[in-house]
Amino acid sequence: MLIVGVAMAFAIVWRPVIPAIDPPAPYAFDAALIKRGRDLAAIGNCNECHTVRGGKNFAGGLPVPTPFGTIYSSNITPDAETGIGQWSEAAFRRAMRDGVNRKGEHLYPTFPYDHFTHVSDEDDRALYAFLMTRQPVHAPSRENQISFPLNQRPVIAGWKLLFLRRDSYQPDATRSAEWNRGAYLVAGLAHCGACHTPRNALGAERVNAQFAGGDVDNWLAYALNDRSHAPVPWDADALYMYLRSGWHPDHGTARGPMAQVVSNLSSVPDSDVRAIAVYMADISGTPTPDRKQEGEAALAQARSPSQASQTDTAGATIYVGACASCHETSRPLPYGGVNLALSTAVSSPDPRNLANVVLSGVSAVEGERSPIMPGFADSMNDAQMAALLNYLRARFSKQPAWTGVEKTVADARRAVTVYLQTSAGPRNAPADPTQRDKP
Amino acid sequence: MMTLKVNGREHQVDADPDTPLLYVLRDDIKLNAAKFGCGLGQCGSCAVIVDGKAILSCITPMVLLEGKQVTTLEGLGSVSEPAPIQRAFIEEQAAQCGYCIPGMMMRAQALLLKNSKPTDAEIRAALEQHLCRCGTHMRILRAVRRAARLMEAADASSTTNRSAQ
Repeated sequence: MLIVGVAMAFAIVWRPVIPAIDPPAPYAFDAALIKRGRDLAAIGNCNECHTVRGGKNFAGGLPVPTPFGTIYSSNITPDAETGIGQWSEAAFRRAMRDGVNRKGEHLYPTFPYDHFTHVSDEDDRALYAFLMTRQPVHAPSRENQISFPLNQRPVIAGWKLLFLRRDSYQPDATRSAEWNRGAYLVAGLAHCGACHTPRNALGAERVNAQFAGGDVDNWLAYALNDRSHAPVPWDADALYMYLRSGWHPDHGTARGPMAQVVSNLSSVPDSDVRAIAVYMADISGTPTPDRKQEGEAALAQARSPSQASQTDTAGATIYVGACASCHETSRPLPYGGVNLALSTAVSSPDPRNLANVVLSGVSAVEGERSPIMPGFADSMNDAQMAALLNYLRARFSKQPAWTGVEKTVADARRAVTVYLQTSAGPRNAPADPTQRDKP
Repeated sequence: MMTLKVNGREHQVDADPDTPLLYVLRDDIKLNAAKFGCGLGQCGSCAVIVDGKAILSCITPMVLLEGKQVTTLEGLGSVSEPAPIQRAFIEEQAAQCGYCIPGMMMRAQALLLKNSKPTDAEIRAALEQHLCRCGTHMRILRAVRRAARLMEAADASSTTNRSAQ
């Protein structure tokens, strides 16, 4: 009996080493395959976690805070010693499918293999070709900060037993090819649920609350299902425009971690973005008549003449002096500010995202035209910002007042600082100014 | 009426609490270094220092300034006695039309106050939200680096003077 138990545990935990290979030469891969891999890597948003501010592409090292400790992303450039240069395609596919590295060690599910397990062999091959033809970067991985017993990797095998479903995507014959393509991408490589689905106490996505909204880096990843707090209900066209261009006139501008997502999606095949939009629109469902009516009301409020002259409270006064010049003008998006009656941040269950944006603004994207907003971290203290946020909530949403706003602002002030120091996302600090200083 | 502290002096100002600081500085107190560029907090030409931090005065309503110290470029130095940051910009001839320069200087001054030896990346990140249409960016960067050296030298000499006394 004991022997059987040990044998079973062994079978669950143990994974073999996959023999090292010499890093393949870049010309070993077909150019079209590499190109497809590039698009897939953009859909997978790989660079968001595997690149740090000012660092080399895909060289890893980004600290990812989790309730269990801080986990650092790994180097996925083809460097033989510190990257994946010695990984065969089989080793790469096993990492994607089973969350196991070449040496047979279990990987933490911060790497979303619970989604990547659904990626097809064909797509894994293209991703492999893309990554193996990047510039190798020597960058040793950083030590994770996790305490016992979770720092023992065999524990992860238990997690997988509970939560990892290794099935490939099964098309739904009753749906269009486009819908199925979207479903495949969303469930797999795009791993939308990794942020937008809430997690249970063990850090796994809650299967019965898919797309009900989750947390990422002190941002609220909005609910995308019928519990969405967007003042105007989303539809496929709006989602498509937003994911493709990063903004929509009825919803505003992507920022925070989503800015990197849309930045990546701006360069992939149109049909894939459209497919994701079609599928996600179906997830959010057809709005009820009430919901539709609320959307109409929000649009009407946004179009109505400015009431920005009411300055009866500190919050209103700050709004008029600091916000209205952009958020209540006729300048259209993306360069004007969205009317806040249309803002999901103002209508969402907690004020985190609003606090993040008001504190740090939205900075220019280097070398590209982009919407920008100045941050107010240095001109407002926590109490003043809380007064502003409470005013915005009362004036621009139909939802009940938030509680503990000042504490949320204080927390956000700390978190934003960390985010800005580490994220390589479009925050626009030049990576290598020495290059550009030359005449 | 509210009291506004600018460059170490108190001013009695009759302005609505939602009036942007920039208007009060230019129209009421007649300090014209801070410029009106876009009025939307997107160009940086209106930057001044409030309690040690650079802020955009065109989108900072008066209600936010109670009890705070405002410093404008006039408060740093004068034509006859320029502050290190001003001297550095003159010596590097960092201005062409000059409209953006007061804002650039105030942002750089705020940076150097908290970080006396900024890297190029840090200078660029700090000045990122300031626009210059003439294109003197390289000179502006050099001026900030020069100002850092001037300030360091001034600190060193004042320390030496003190120890000599």
